Amino acid sequence: MMAEPRQAGLRPIANTAGSLGAKRIGQVNTTPRFQEETARSQPVASTLVSLQNVSKTFANGTIALRDMSLDIAQGDFVSLLGPSGCGKSTALRIIAGLGDASAGEVMWPSSARTGEDTSNGAGTNQDISFVFQEPTLMPWASVFSNVYLPLRLKGLSKQAARDDVMGALEMVGLEGFAKSYPRELSGGMKMRVSIARALVTKPKLLLMDEPFAALDEITRFKLNNDLLHLWEAFGWTVIFVTHSVFESVYLSNRIIVMAARPGRVVEDIPIDAPYPREEEFRTSDTYNDFCRRASQALHGAMEVSEPA
Amino acid sequence: MTMATVQDTPPLIRTKGARAGKAGAVPDTASKGLPTAVWRIVIPLAMLVLLIGGWAFYVWAFDVPHYILPSPLRVAEALYTDWPILAPALLVTLKITFTALAIALAGGVALAVLMAQSRIAELALYPYAVVLQVTPIVAIAPLILIYAPSTQAALLICAWIVAFFPILSNTVQGLKSTDHNLLNLFELYGASRWQTLIYLKMPNALPYFLAGLKIAGGLALIAAVVAEFAAGSAGAGSGLAFRLLESQFRLNIPRLFAALFLLSLTGVAIFLTTNTISYLLLRKWHESALKREN
Repeated sequence: MMAEPRQAGLRPIANTAGSLGAKRIGQVNTTPRFQEETARSQPVASTLVSLQNVSKTFANGTIALRDMSLDIAQGDFVSLLGPSGCGKSTALRIIAGLGDASAGEVMWPSSARTGEDTSNGAGTNQDISFVFQEPTLMPWASVFSNVYLPLRLKGLSKQAARDDVMGALEMVGLEGFAKSYPRELSGGMKMRVSIARALVTKPKLLLMDEPFAALDEITRFKLNNDLLHLWEAFGWTVIFVTHSVFESVYLSNRIIVMAARPGRVVEDIPIDAPYPREEEFRTSDTYNDFCRRASQALHGAMEVSEPA
Repeated sequence: MTMATVQDTPPLIRTKGARAGKAGAVPDTASKGLPTAVWRIVIPLAMLVLLIGGWAFYVWAFDVPHYILPSPLRVAEALYTDWPILAPALLVTLKITFTALAIALAGGVALAVLMAQSRIAELALYPYAVVLQVTPIVAIAPLILIYAPSTQAALLICAWIVAFFPILSNTVQGLKSTDHNLLNLFELYGASRWQTLIYLKMPNALPYFLAGLKIAGGLALIAAVVAEFAAGSAGAGSGLAFRLLESQFRLNIPRLFAALFLLSLTGVAIFLTTNTISYLLLRKWHESALKREN
């Protein structure tokens, strides 16, 4: 809201090939543009993170991800959309470094870490923040202490961290609740605290795993708007996992549709609607068109997914 | 108990009826118009008077000899006159109980942390902690008496063994039942094992630990008494349990009751203390210490 309005078309997008329209992708493998040798060996400068043929097989034999390749450009708001079991959360966790990929690589071209430091390198990366589906707050700690946690783990004193913590709380509109305890807050407010905690480290990449799925629709709309405003103002990169077609269209400038069993990318839909997007966008024809397209893609993904 | 239920029920029903029929506000009172807070004190007190009165009446009406069942007054008298004998015994029992509890606390928590941090330590130690716990303390007491340097030490060891386990097992349980997403979060922010322990696992284990402490507090006293029964210490430095037995042998039943009263009082004091500690530590966040708001 403070920054000048951003338009998807004006921002540097690494993978312009896909921006003309959704591409139907082969059932087994990924889209050709992910497989270009040039893109793989030398990711474009503005690519923040690049997944290259990432597979994940769990100990029980379930293939959560198979050959997932995906470049995320800096500053993008990317949604991973798909039915349950399509591996979207798994992909997010692998990017976060919370689990190793069974095969393939995660690369961070723009940061110092590359090549040798790949699959689990992000585990200690302070540039990444994660928001879980549950608020995941420590019930024994005040709102302030919960938001202070990432800085505390970095070794910052309470005094040194105070401004940052209060700033993050202000961003999510909870500056008056620093001394409250999580149990005193509503579901939406808890999620705001969780977001403030993610923002307090000033991350470059924000990973969100269905953060608003457990909230009522009104609260979700409100948080969608606030999240968009913050994203526009600060320009992080967001990878947002969701079940909701509407949410993904409203928020993101790119939707990755995934199919399940095994989890894979089946479609890559750019959402070329300009930002800022406000409530009117929800009723616009553009929005409806995109929703229809994303819906069809999701249905397609469900058809090629084996039955749950 | 039944009385309390009877007193509690009518206003509940009335409130519901009032809400439905818009009959106006019904204050939070029991059927006779007194606030429930007063009833909470009056009812147990009335019960106490009733019990002691019934006891006194029974002894008086049936002319029960005091070496079978002394009247409450006689017990009070014994408590007063025998205080010079009972007070040192009480002190001994208290000392054993609280020392055992303190060592159990420190040892239980330390071992729990070790077990939660190291799988090897857990595999090596936990089965034997269980064995130690499930073996009846009365059965081990004679052995401990042989090995311990003094009777006091033997009593202490017995009380410690009993008090130790609930703290250990509860704390281990608490340390291990940490929310996985929070653990992920700590990992994501590069927390060290030590940080994860201090900032996440320990606070998470606190309610479990306190539940263990409540159990351990009561058990430490019981064990101190049982061990003394088994050990059969005599003379100087003996605790209340010995005075109990001694009074029984001498048919000094009023003193026996007085000693029993002191033991109960100690138990109640421990219970109240651990409950208060638990409440103070958890009142801000844990469900167990919170009032239901509806």
